[in-house]
Amino acid sequence: MNGNPPASGARALNLRMLGKLAVVAVAMFGFGFLLVPLYDRICEVTGVNSLTKVDRGAAEFARNTQVDRSRTVVVEFDANGRGAWKFKPEVASLEVHPGELVTVVYDLENTRPAPTVGQAIPSYAPRQSAGYFRKIECFCFQQQELGANETRRFPVVFVLDPRLPKDVNTITLSYTFFEVGGRSASAQPQQARDAGAARGG
Amino acid sequence: MSAVLDHRADHAHDHAHDHPTGWRRWLFATNHKDIGTMYLWFSFAMLLVGGVNALLLRTELFQPGLQILQPEFFNQLTTMHGLIMVFGSVMPAFVGFANWQVPLMIGASDMAFARMNNFSFWLLPVAASLLVASYFVPGGATAAGWTLYAPLSVQMGPGMDLAILALHLMGASSIMGSINIITTILNMRAPGMPLMKMPMFCWTWLITAYLLLAVMPVLAGAITMVLTDRHFGTSFFNAAGGGDPVMYQHIFWFFGHPEVYIMILPAFGIISEVIPTFARKKLFGYSSMVYATASIAILSMIVWAHHMFTTGMPVTGQLFFMYATMLIAVPTGVKIFNWVATMWRGSMTFETPMLFATGFIFVFAIGGFTGLIMAVAPLDIQLHDTYYIVAHFHYVLVAGSLFALFAGTYYWLPKWTGHMYDERLGKWHFWMSMITFNITFFPMHFLGLAGMPRRYADYPMQFADFNAVVTIGAFGFGLSQLIFLWAVVKCIRGGVKATDRVWENAHGLEWTVPSPAPFHTFETPPVVK
Repeated sequence: MNGNPPASGARALNLRMLGKLAVVAVAMFGFGFLLVPLYDRICEVTGVNSLTKVDRGAAEFARNTQVDRSRTVVVEFDANGRGAWKFKPEVASLEVHPGELVTVVYDLENTRPAPTVGQAIPSYAPRQSAGYFRKIECFCFQQQELGANETRRFPVVFVLDPRLPKDVNTITLSYTFFEVGGRSASAQPQQARDAGAARGG
Repeated sequence: MSAVLDHRADHAHDHAHDHPTGWRRWLFATNHKDIGTMYLWFSFAMLLVGGVNALLLRTELFQPGLQILQPEFFNQLTTMHGLIMVFGSVMPAFVGFANWQVPLMIGASDMAFARMNNFSFWLLPVAASLLVASYFVPGGATAAGWTLYAPLSVQMGPGMDLAILALHLMGASSIMGSINIITTILNMRAPGMPLMKMPMFCWTWLITAYLLLAVMPVLAGAITMVLTDRHFGTSFFNAAGGGDPVMYQHIFWFFGHPEVYIMILPAFGIISEVIPTFARKKLFGYSSMVYATASIAILSMIVWAHHMFTTGMPVTGQLFFMYATMLIAVPTGVKIFNWVATMWRGSMTFETPMLFATGFIFVFAIGGFTGLIMAVAPLDIQLHDTYYIVAHFHYVLVAGSLFALFAGTYYWLPKWTGHMYDERLGKWHFWMSMITFNITFFPMHFLGLAGMPRRYADYPMQFADFNAVVTIGAFGFGLSQLIFLWAVVKCIRGGVKATDRVWENAHGLEWTVPSPAPFHTFETPPVVK
């Protein structure tokens, strides 16, 4: 081993420091996980990224807003299912006046012969229109459970904020219906199939 | 550890008795010099592996269209090139330098925890084997890019699991290494050496080690979350379960930005040792150097989101991260100024270490400026994920860290081997590296400005000429490193006998021990006056 073993006092000092530094390392490992709720909290407070949050003020807002009939915005509806879903809107697009209360219906079918829970995540194009898209009612506000092979119609009630920037003439609202609790329903099964095929070949 | 704990009272025990030979000397190594040597050879081997990856990429990019690689494999190579160079080559190389030099420079007999030192080295070959083995599992190696962004990393095949495991091992190795370095520096300095009289290299490593300790566990956390998302049904980054892929980027870059300083601060330390020696002057502004290093380290913890300007961020957020990032240019500028001021009116000679150090300042400054350009959010949105960023980080990582590593190697090689290296080979190595480096990476700025995106196996016709030039440069740069290997091997095998002092104006405790440095040094602590 190395030359003279350090005097026992120095050795103890070193070990004490080792202990302290190890605690720092473990604490920082925990901090990494702490960042997850921390960011969620920050997003909640600052209103960033609150995709599925219930918009409590929306109904009140819809009642008190003048309809701007001088302006027409095209709203396109898009629907994607990840997992055993058949998911589509009943109309592809609507012409909407800002301030007007609009209802659009989505059809969701669970193609699996077993009850399945899902969650819809909305996204908007252009991105900045998200803040002007006020939903009074939406199936995306909570998880939905569908029975075996059940089909259900979900209404979405929304109103466009008339303060929507003037250069926005078309908004695309896209929902993706994910299966909850599926093991990364998006691609894992695909990967597994590929791997299986590779082995088979 | 237990063997270390039962401290023996008899100081007269036989050294040769616990001085194993042959392969046991290396496998059971507890001597800081042996471990340092292993670290350095390991990182050089990884440099070659990562370099071969890079040359395969460049061969594919020599012409537009797909010639030799499938796009999937191209992406795997890009990812592995990054991972191997960052975690396998640059970081271990600096730890190797710390192992060799820190005890010698502060007058300690060895590192504080010799067995842990051995363990943290031997984790690395295991991790490297896992990484290389991942090429051969179904689906191949991970192709998510070295940043391993979710959702890609949540979806990849088993190669991703191997990469995560390898990163865990390398992270554990780094954490143990930094605990060792901090303890050695804080507790084992020779009498008469207060912190503010410590060599600059030790200062930069002390600060780097604290950075490592703070952020490496966060990376471990992030990739653990990816792992549980993949296999245990959690949804940290999995949008299906309410997770958020952008969250991964936030957590990753909380590690990732300090990481880039982890790879450059020890390089600053080496340069701060080399320049005063060959300018024959004291380092200009020692204490401002220390404070600049510390402020770079602190600032590095609060700028991570400048890697994410294009992910969508409130304007106030963009402004904060933009200004905070630009602030880093101040302490970095202090450092560059101090190096140049050290050279000012010095009686300079340009042996190979000094050539690399001077070259470092030149190319690192270019890389620093392009960094400043990309700190500006509106410009970054234009340049994000183009070859401009590839040029930028190769200017700071290759011409920055790697050139500093070369400077340090030539500088201390006579102390390590007892022989002077071949100056002519060293000069060839420097000039070939410098020229081919710029041929390789300078045109990438133009490619990036013209809009060529990174990480693609193919590109449109208009980028063909510059890409051909880049590929030729890359092969030149790769081959130049064989000159380095030749110079080092030649120096180990023989050459002019080095004096203890080696360089005319070298100051510091490491130059008071014989060349080559004996197996045991400073068993009784030297007294610094």
